[in-house]
Amino acid sequence: MTREKNNLNIHTTSTPIPSTLPLNKNKFTLSTKELTELAKKLRRHVITMIATAGSGHPGGSLSAADIIAVLYFKVMRYDPQNPQWPERDRFILSKGHAAPILYAALAESGYFSVEELTTLRKLNSRLQGHTDRTTTPGVEMSAGALGQGLSFGIGTALAARLDARDYQVYVLLGDGECDEGQIWEAAMAAAHFKVDNLVAIVDHNKQQLDGWTQDIMNLEPLTEKWRAFNWNVIEIDGHNINQIQQALEEAKTIKGKPSVIIAHTIKGKGVSFMENNIDFHGKAPTPEQAELALRELS
Amino acid sequence: MTIEISSRETYGKTLVELGRENQNIVVLDADLSRSTMTNLFAKEFPDRFFQCGLAEQNMIGIAAGLAASGKTVFASTFAIFASCRCFDQLRMCLSQPQLNVKVVATHGGITIGEDGFSHQAIEDLALFCSLPGFSVVVPADAIETAEVIKSAAATHGPIYVRLGRPKTPLVYSQSYQFNLGKAITMRQGKDITIIAIGIMVAKALEAAEALAAEGIDCCIINMPTLKPLDEEAIIKAASETGAIVVAEEHLAHGGLGSRVAQVVAGEKPVPMSFVNLKNTYAKSGKAEELLQRYGLTAKDIEAAVRAVSSKKKTFHMPPSGKLSQAIADIRELKDEEDIGLH
Repeated sequence: MTREKNNLNIHTTSTPIPSTLPLNKNKFTLSTKELTELAKKLRRHVITMIATAGSGHPGGSLSAADIIAVLYFKVMRYDPQNPQWPERDRFILSKGHAAPILYAALAESGYFSVEELTTLRKLNSRLQGHTDRTTTPGVEMSAGALGQGLSFGIGTALAARLDARDYQVYVLLGDGECDEGQIWEAAMAAAHFKVDNLVAIVDHNKQQLDGWTQDIMNLEPLTEKWRAFNWNVIEIDGHNINQIQQALEEAKTIKGKPSVIIAHTIKGKGVSFMENNIDFHGKAPTPEQAELALRELS
Repeated sequence: MTIEISSRETYGKTLVELGRENQNIVVLDADLSRSTMTNLFAKEFPDRFFQCGLAEQNMIGIAAGLAASGKTVFASTFAIFASCRCFDQLRMCLSQPQLNVKVVATHGGITIGEDGFSHQAIEDLALFCSLPGFSVVVPADAIETAEVIKSAAATHGPIYVRLGRPKTPLVYSQSYQFNLGKAITMRQGKDITIIAIGIMVAKALEAAEALAAEGIDCCIINMPTLKPLDEEAIIKAASETGAIVVAEEHLAHGGLGSRVAQVVAGEKPVPMSFVNLKNTYAKSGKAEELLQRYGLTAKDIEAAVRAVSSKKKTFHMPPSGKLSQAIADIRELKDEEDIGLH
């Protein structure tokens, strides 16, 4: 592949969002417009990282960008200087192949430098191909073998109950990932244990590696399934910043049962030739495609 | 008369003791708490017990989440489900991230008996030993079980403990002190070493008495910790007795025999023989019947000792430059065998 030989020279264009984000334990105060811009910036990181690495999964990172932006820059409380802060809200990326979008958010929130992002997937990098809790500050769970994050989230949420802490646990699931039986074991258990500090978010981009979910393994009726498992179900446009924010706020107020946000998204969102293009589930853009993508995202 | 005590009952009682001392201990089970005896903990500490239902994969994930939040977690089910049913979860959630979860499984081996092959964990040790993050322990009796469980609670990181179903004879007195990764010499002997694990330790001791009457003086080593393995003890045994028999209630590959052989082959090659379940699933039957049918009795250990003793006589590592002597030895042996045949 020429991509491997090519010495990429892609730089993320700086945008007029606040240069110094308020990195403290409290909620951020970004406006909807600023969050939209920030999500775009995270998407640019994703393109740069994956193009530089020459491999990775752009589609599922881009579909989750707005959700991640709202979580990390509006809703969640955490302390990048103290990644193990016991009171932090937890974000668990169950769909571990979307690691680039998480790394982008962690870098922008101060867990490590933005420059480190382009070490993705390289030997000796802290940024592994799929998330690894032993190497990356801010990563809660080693993931990539799908279907396991919701169970991990239940354990994390139950620990809050035992220790009388009031943190929230957010678990991001892929829709293809919902093929895994363990997701439904966990769905049953979370409702059984009434863990109301647990919020699952399904990045419902309608595609998985082999094609459209409805053709590979039909999930529908997805909302009814979660409802039947005794979850509070919120259905939103996963690219609408206000809807994401409102859903996360609503989830926090629901007591006695866990909440799931079914976020309708578009795989590859933000880059015209990647949107709904299954080829970009697990393929890196060429340098030319990356340039084009970054222009669209500027 | 031999005293027989159930290791799993000891496990349940030990958990309750630990639970009283340490508020941080939580226990999970997958609809087998009345068999694994974690129900004793559940009764005393309902808030720290999580019944996960028949969903072992989910249980391991929940255990990992609790451990990642600082809890010392015991997760229990039958050995067959703890190993085979949720192997990817063990790998992803516990082994690689080194989370503090103790997978204590009961009903290991064929001695679960009448339930048959679906419930007989005979590959669990190979599976757990293949996980880089895990320690693997099989206690020899109820007394050792209590010590192992206390040690597991006090040692950070993932550990697998295999217990059995039936009551088993005690091989220890109350004063026993377990150290993770350390072998214990149960009986001194100069002719051959039997390295045993779990229920086979009692059988090895029984075999040693019979063999002593024949003039074969056996050293018996209890090797409760498969991982990390006490390599020093193995090398010492190979050096001092020149032959080793390994006895375990497990398939031939990937368990104690394989692991000891790897050390012996690399450090101190001596003849070895193996008492195990070979490469087959077992049938339904009473525990003792199955042990006889599948070759896991004291008599089988005795036979292995005799077999390896004869090899020991002929197994010379020729010192450099003395190959001709070694060839002469082999010729001599051949003559002996010929005489025997006629």
